[in-house]
Amino acid sequence: MSGLDIAALPVLAAGTFFLLIGSIGLLRLPDFYSRCHATGKSDTLGVMLLVLGLLLVEGLTLNAAKLLLILTFVGLTNPTATHALARAAFQVGLKPWFRRDRSGDSAATKEED
Amino acid sequence: MFEYWFFVVLAASLTVIISLPLYRVIVGPTLPDRMLGASAIATKTMVLILLIGFIFDRVDMFIDITLAYAVLNFIGTIAVAKYLTSGKEKK
Repeated sequence: MSGLDIAALPVLAAGTFFLLIGSIGLLRLPDFYSRCHATGKSDTLGVMLLVLGLLLVEGLTLNAAKLLLILTFVGLTNPTATHALARAAFQVGLKPWFRRDRSGDSAATKEED
Repeated sequence: MFEYWFFVVLAASLTVIISLPLYRVIVGPTLPDRMLGASAIATKTMVLILLIGFIFDRVDMFIDITLAYAVLNFIGTIAVAKYLTSGKEKK
């Protein structure tokens, strides 16, 4: 094991942690738009950290260049895809979730329905 | 040798993490929810394919599969987003 491999281990562990947080957010959050928030940011960071760790393990080869390509591609396209999906859902008319207040807010949401 | 087992443990934990959004795909209340879950599964499967390449020491082959998978995931999500809005414009 070289120094780069030892440096890669915490990066890989952090990437797995962020993927776990993204999955739990996808399960627990109350609304489609908040789930977009979980998977659009947390998953992108997790995948980018994992690919960065694999890049550190790989060293300086042609495969490392391809891994760098994957890193850039995921960083560009994953938030774009999530944003396109959220925009489509908003245009179709999916309503965001609001916390029901004690005052007249619940009546207002009932009127909208 | 330690690296090999680290990758195996990482791939196993990633498999557990991938199975969590399956709930959102099956019982998701709306169609965008299901598509979001499918997209999240595909994003994580990409890393799993890369890890399998490192475990079997065939990274050169599996990296190309990962690139194709990433492009397919992006195109699929954009296509579903376009499909969702296209019915609205025709009205």
